Amino acid sequence: MKLTLRVWRQRDADAEGAMSPYEVDGISSDMSFLEMLDVLNEQLILAGEDPVAFDHDCREGICGACSLVINGDAHGPERTTTCQLHMRSFKDGDTIDIEPWRAAAFPVIKDLVVDRSAFDRIIQAGGYITAPTGAAPEAHATPVPKPDADFAFEHAECIGCGACVAACPNGAAMLFTSAKVNHLNVLPQGAPERETRVLDMVAQMDEEGFGGCTLAGECATACPKGIPLVSITSMNKEWLRATRKVAKR
Amino acid sequence: MARTVWDSSVGKKTVMAVSGLIMLLYLVVHMIGNLKIFFGAGEFNHYAHWLRTIGEPFMHYEWTLWLIRVVLVVAVVAHAVSAYQLSRRDIRARPSKYVHRKPKVTYATRTMRWGGIILGLFIVWHILDLTTGTVHSGGFQPGHPYQNVVDTFSTWYGDVIYIVAMLALGLHVRHGFWSAAQTLGAGSRTRDRALKTVANVLALLLTAGFIAVPVGVMTGVVS
Repeated sequence: MKLTLRVWRQRDADAEGAMSPYEVDGISSDMSFLEMLDVLNEQLILAGEDPVAFDHDCREGICGACSLVINGDAHGPERTTTCQLHMRSFKDGDTIDIEPWRAAAFPVIKDLVVDRSAFDRIIQAGGYITAPTGAAPEAHATPVPKPDADFAFEHAECIGCGACVAACPNGAAMLFTSAKVNHLNVLPQGAPERETRVLDMVAQMDEEGFGGCTLAGECATACPKGIPLVSITSMNKEWLRATRKVAKR
Repeated sequence: MARTVWDSSVGKKTVMAVSGLIMLLYLVVHMIGNLKIFFGAGEFNHYAHWLRTIGEPFMHYEWTLWLIRVVLVVAVVAHAVSAYQLSRRDIRARPSKYVHRKPKVTYATRTMRWGGIILGLFIVWHILDLTTGTVHSGGFQPGHPYQNVVDTFSTWYGDVIYIVAMLALGLHVRHGFWSAAQTLGAGSRTRDRALKTVANVLALLLTAGFIAVPVGVMTGVVS
């Protein structure tokens, strides 16, 4: 396959960025999207140019590091992570636009790499349990009803890639935050901090400069792990419940 | 608690949801009341007069009406201020656009904001036209709402403004009712279809019910 790539190049956080065109040839349809970018970077290095910076780590779709907006879609045209997207989703001769996540809370560091530490600070605000941990406890020690376990697991699937923020017209982090809140709030292990967790995480989310939810639904469409839009509804419910409870204390 | 709610983006959405539902309830009542125009001047004017005497003798003349007006003004202001502040936050959160523009359906976000502004302007015109009579075409007669309504809808611009606003209302209610349910935590996977159906039916009934009046005047059914 022969492709024309238009890639966002930006020297550093303060520099002006722009789309730069590149030609790549000899791309196999079995390559992943990131392998195709590796080919481009080898080409750039051989030509003595600066390679394109992009985030990647596991390349198995489980770490949440890769983060590209491909032709306007977070993680590209398939419902998966960029690393699990294959070139068979494109045609020979295609022009592909590659851009970084766009949100005020995710500033560009270089080229296609953005700073997602705002997510870490949301987690630090309450996305954990304070019970002391040691060796894995006996599984039957704390019974969890099956529907609750399923609900928790569905939300625990969130890999924190930030595609929801990138896709949201308001740059909102509601889907991410709701996944993290719901995952712990439904479980007995998360119960002691049920109220403070949702209040603190939502407050931190606002503090980081993410937008609000207008229920456009773009986040749930972009999510490579299929976190549903109704997850946000569940978090809203938790938030209202916590606000009432805390006011009574 | 009020501070927590107002300072949070989730809380401000709650304010929007609750104020929106109050206005929606009022609109349903208002629409049903309007339909009395099809039963003649006598019944319509009588109904309009009754609105001023609700609650008598416990309430004085027009007290209930003013109470409703105060609640509505508070709801409109709360709804508009939250919408403005939330929109500002949303626009700040996404300062640079993607170079690759998809023909994206930001239907909800876009029509809600523009629709809301249209509806706000409409409310001002509507009150100046048919409550105070300030911008009424022809001679405004207090206490004769039937004639006043017929006058307004006998002008082309009266019909256009009203019908455009009611179409905007339909779109606003369609997304707004469902969104309010999500914001208040009332949505769920099993209830989603029912909520969407209720939102669509409400939007359709309100738009059709309100537009029936200018259409009635235009076709001569109401004159």
